[in-house]
Amino acid sequence: MRIIETAAKPASRAPLVSLRDVHLAFGDAEVLKGIDVDVGRGEAVSIIGPSGSGKSTILRCITGLLRPQRGAIDVDGVRVDALTTEAQFIGLRKRVGFVFQQYNLFPHLSVLENLVISPIKVAGQPRGQAVAQARELLAKVRMDHKESAYPGELSGGQQQRVAIARALALRPELILFDEVTSALDPEMVGEVLTVISDLVDDGLTCVLVTHEMRFAEEVSDTVYFTEAGRIVESGPPSRIFGSPDSDRTRAFLRRSAGAVARVSQPDPITEYLRFDPLRLAV
Amino acid sequence: MANELAWKKPQREACPGVLMAPLRDPWFVLLLALAVLGVTWTATATTPAAVKLLWHWAPALLRGLGMNIQLSVLAMALGTVLGLFVGALSLSPSSLLRRLARGYVLAFRNAPILVLVYFTTYVFPFELSLASWRVPFPDWIKVVIGLGLPASAIVAEIFRGAIQSIPSAQWEAAQSLAFRRGQIFRMIVLPQCVRRMLPSWMNLYASITMSTSLASLVGVHDLVDTATIASNTVNRTDFTILIYFTLLALFFAYCYPIARWTRHLERRHAHH
Repeated sequence: MRIIETAAKPASRAPLVSLRDVHLAFGDAEVLKGIDVDVGRGEAVSIIGPSGSGKSTILRCITGLLRPQRGAIDVDGVRVDALTTEAQFIGLRKRVGFVFQQYNLFPHLSVLENLVISPIKVAGQPRGQAVAQARELLAKVRMDHKESAYPGELSGGQQQRVAIARALALRPELILFDEVTSALDPEMVGEVLTVISDLVDDGLTCVLVTHEMRFAEEVSDTVYFTEAGRIVESGPPSRIFGSPDSDRTRAFLRRSAGAVARVSQPDPITEYLRFDPLRLAV
Repeated sequence: MANELAWKKPQREACPGVLMAPLRDPWFVLLLALAVLGVTWTATATTPAAVKLLWHWAPALLRGLGMNIQLSVLAMALGTVLGLFVGALSLSPSSLLRRLARGYVLAFRNAPILVLVYFTTYVFPFELSLASWRVPFPDWIKVVIGLGLPASAIVAEIFRGAIQSIPSAQWEAAQSLAFRRGQIFRMIVLPQCVRRMLPSWMNLYASITMSTSLASLVGVHDLVDTATIASNTVNRTDFTILIYFTLLALFFAYCYPIARWTRHLERRHAHH
């Protein structure tokens, strides 16, 4: 089932997203101190690093929720840092999906209404078409049995899967995941990661801010390690997780749970991904 | 909304019969007991004199109650419209407008309602002159204003609180789904506010309804005024006791269902 239509990875390396020397400060607190990130079309890029290193801020800059004080952000030819009118931001956000750590579903709307409201009100789709597409997306995240439930009636993992489907409802070219499993109970992490890994397999361009090291290693084409508002190191996951250049990366990976699990015992998430019968059915 | 009016009764098993079911409702039993008492009195011609007199005065009392309901509905309508406006001002980016709204709320929340009712009655003229037109300005409209002003201050606070209680993450989520600002307010923030405001708004309505009894003090022919007239005219202690009990019962019969419905909405809100 491939409902996210994206071109096969092109040979040319014109990135879909590029950040150049991005600086952002909240008052005196410098959060980003010169960030450079490139995301190729169809690529999955993970951003890892300690809390407060500016990972989520990078995602918010890409979709224009925050505006950097310096530097350039380019999303498929659009200079995000120079957008001014509401119409320009809307044009950008139709093409960039965002999934939040705290799901942020609309609590007064049912699951189905959460998915159809933006296609109908923003993209002007006819309701029938929006509903059909929403059901397709709910099936993809395995939430089609809950379409008339309200967010408050769902578990965290279920809410997050609905939130992912909602972010896909406008058929974005790029989707940003902001620590989407950090607020979940451990037993629900697997179901959400499975959905994301399906999307990556479909060839959707994804940027993931995550603390799930094993997952980042498995799905990413490129991994960026950030610390204190700077990119310390970036490269293919095999190198970042296998033999990082920087001592700081090595120290971070030693501290993080995923890397510990790697040397001691099989990671339950990886086991889940491997043996999920639903996933095989798809 | 109609089905929200229907109370959800817990399912009871082993009911002896459909006819017996209402007997489990204490309010129904009370009404039934009163009806039985009335029929017995009529049949045996032993109706107490005070009850006969009360029956005689009943149409006038109900007309009075109608005035209280009219006052409460209009005062609440005025309070809601004004309150939403002031509440919106208190969220405005201009600090001058915010301070004005804050002053309005402070002034009317800290004024005794009786003083406001006297104030509007005796400070406003009895008729308005607009050029050659003379429009009468009856006391009951002044009472509506006197009750509507404090109501508007409370509605403003309820509205401001509801808007501010919507997490900013809801704005962010809607923005990331490419909604315009106006759409976010209309489709995401306001509907959630209405749900949050409804219980407090209905509480306020019940309390305004009870405050309409103050109208009798400035000569509006409401339920309390009618009861006082009846009591003075009949001039019997047992009738006076009975009629004031009846007053309590009538206000209770009108306000209690509102309180019940409010609790029901609050519980439902807690679920979602």
